Amino acid sequence: MSWEIQTIADRAAGATSMAEVGAYLVLGVVLGLAIVSLMGLILNYSERKICAHIQCRLGPMRVGFHGLLQPIADGVKLLFKEDISPRNADRLVYIMAPFISLLATFLIVVTVPFSPLVQIADLNIGVVYVAAVSGFGVLGVLLAGWSSNNKWSMMGAMRAGAQMVSYELSAVLALLTVVLLSQSLKLSEVVLSQEQGWWIFRAPVVGLVACVIFFVASCAEINRTPFDLAEGESELTAGFHTEYSGLRFALFFLAEFVNMFLVSAMLVTFFLGGWMPFHLGGLTGFNEVMDLLPPGIWFLGKVTVVVLLFMWVRWTFPRLRIDQVMNLEWKILLPIGFANLFLTSIVVLLDLYLF
Amino acid sequence: MIEVGSLKARMESTPGGLKTEEYFVNMGPQHPSTHGVLRLVLKMDGETVREVIPVLGYIHRSIEKIAEHLNGRQIVHLTDRMDYLSSAMNNWAVSLAVEEALQIELNPRIETIRTIVAELERIQSHLLWWGVLGIDLGAVTTFFYGFRDREMITDILEETTGARLTLNYIQPGGLMFDIHPHFVKRVKEVLAHLKIKICEYETLLSENVILQNRLRNVGILTSEKAISMGSTGPVLRGSGVALDLRKQKPYGVYGSVEFDVPVGSVGDSWDRYWVRVEEIRQSMRIIEQLIDNIPEGKFMVMKPAKKLTLPKKSYFGQVETARGILGVYIQGCEKEEPHRVHFRSPNFNNLWVITQIAPGGKMADLVATLSTLDLVIPDIDR
Repeated sequence: MSWEIQTIADRAAGATSMAEVGAYLVLGVVLGLAIVSLMGLILNYSERKICAHIQCRLGPMRVGFHGLLQPIADGVKLLFKEDISPRNADRLVYIMAPFISLLATFLIVVTVPFSPLVQIADLNIGVVYVAAVSGFGVLGVLLAGWSSNNKWSMMGAMRAGAQMVSYELSAVLALLTVVLLSQSLKLSEVVLSQEQGWWIFRAPVVGLVACVIFFVASCAEINRTPFDLAEGESELTAGFHTEYSGLRFALFFLAEFVNMFLVSAMLVTFFLGGWMPFHLGGLTGFNEVMDLLPPGIWFLGKVTVVVLLFMWVRWTFPRLRIDQVMNLEWKILLPIGFANLFLTSIVVLLDLYLF
Repeated sequence: MIEVGSLKARMESTPGGLKTEEYFVNMGPQHPSTHGVLRLVLKMDGETVREVIPVLGYIHRSIEKIAEHLNGRQIVHLTDRMDYLSSAMNNWAVSLAVEEALQIELNPRIETIRTIVAELERIQSHLLWWGVLGIDLGAVTTFFYGFRDREMITDILEETTGARLTLNYIQPGGLMFDIHPHFVKRVKEVLAHLKIKICEYETLLSENVILQNRLRNVGILTSEKAISMGSTGPVLRGSGVALDLRKQKPYGVYGSVEFDVPVGSVGDSWDRYWVRVEEIRQSMRIIEQLIDNIPEGKFMVMKPAKKLTLPKKSYFGQVETARGILGVYIQGCEKEEPHRVHFRSPNFNNLWVITQIAPGGKMADLVATLSTLDLVIPDIDR
């Protein structure tokens, strides 16, 4: 089966009139905003429900059927809360920080390939773009902690800065292995290269190792337990967003949830075949059966599994200490990442794919 | 541009290398991991703790002074509010002192029930500590597991005593009420349930690599230091000193039951953790030996209206609570009200250990150490 890739940007480029171009632009922006806000709501609800069930509780049950409207109620509550800024805070930076955090998130949403036909823009340097823009997120956290004029926030921000910048290295190294395997920086081609089988299975061992490294590194990048030192509830009360309230706090919250979706989407795109159905080399009959489900469903299903994995880890493990976090990155993950990259190049050169 | 050579020269010219600025930060009185209104003033150097100064007095209720205006039976009610997680054991300490003053002989039924209730309290106290330790280290789920099983024990205690936390059950001369008819059956159910759950907890938290890394070789308290700071209970036993009043100076029926005193070797946070988890098992062992043969008899050997005139002497009662040795000193003066009452609370001494073992560690180590000291703040201030 041959896949026809058509992104919204492609369609806008091929449009015949300016009005059509404008329509596609609006469509792209609306789609991006819709994904960000919808994912925020869905993930907020599911995290609360899942963590509740892990902890033998019911979670939200009062607002709507099984608390389905709880995230909306929370959003309304946060909207009406007083917007406090501490005395002697750096006002401009303080106000800007949550928006920078969300901006980084929004910029990545643009490149996520949801299905062959649903993708806002498909850059031919997609991997570089994703790596560069995701580094932007740490800026919001750092500025928030710095401008709050609070020692705890400051500590949280410093931890976050050190941790997120370090773990980005491992994450990018893991992505580079896939770039070697798929021989393209374009996200749609990375997905297409997995038509014979997902990289986690098809590349012997190296795919799996890279996937695990990416999972751990992205867990650290989005500040979730066991790497939630930036928030570190029991140590720093709430870390960098201690002083935030109301809508600004909601923005940090939203960015955190959407970031979780995005790293899951990236993990799926690079290691689990993106929207590509589960294929096994030349087994045409099997592959055709798998193709019966539309690619969009495949993508969302895989993302759901990875998100569940993130949540499961978060609600099970204790938190690491800051020096242990740094040791894990610089002394364990990074050397393994480099060795894995080297081994991958051998795999690619000798054509050692499993199927 | 900064030349590497000049930086190196500067580092060598300053004694002790390049210095960063130290700063003070207030941890508490409102902080999630100080477990109440404890305030620690921290002198920090980046993430490293240089000095810890505990500031007390945020929940001082002058229990000792109030006790001077109450009779021996009434003082018991105040002690519930000190270490609220081992309230029955606090009651027992006062009862021991008053009974010594009035020379009251208790029957075996009272002694047995007292021991069972005290051990149930010890289990629920340690379960709560276990859950809260999880939260302090970032694993929120353990909190709910710990609380769920603790609730089963508080339910049993509520059935018998009418209260879940401040039991107010052990009185001078006996017990407030007789045990509930369901007591024996339900205690057996809980023991059977806990036996399975404790093993699950071991796999969930104790065997976790991250937890081991966070606790091992953190906050090392040597046995000499532990003794000189006057710490008792699991904190002292974690440092390798097998001091347990239940063994050394048996009261109740501890002399006739079999149990081991778990003792640590290094004195780090992990040893204190391990000692407490093992103590839950030992407490279950004690209850198992007693629950099937509670002797018959009266639950109160003293008339309720009897005047508790304390002779002009001083009396001392001490018990091993869930956190260490609680001593109650009562000075009588031929009246119902004592001349002076003093409590030697275990948490006060255990708290000051932190000033010795936290400096030099990271901020997160301080939280872990504080959690394994298992402090109840109202008992420090009284």
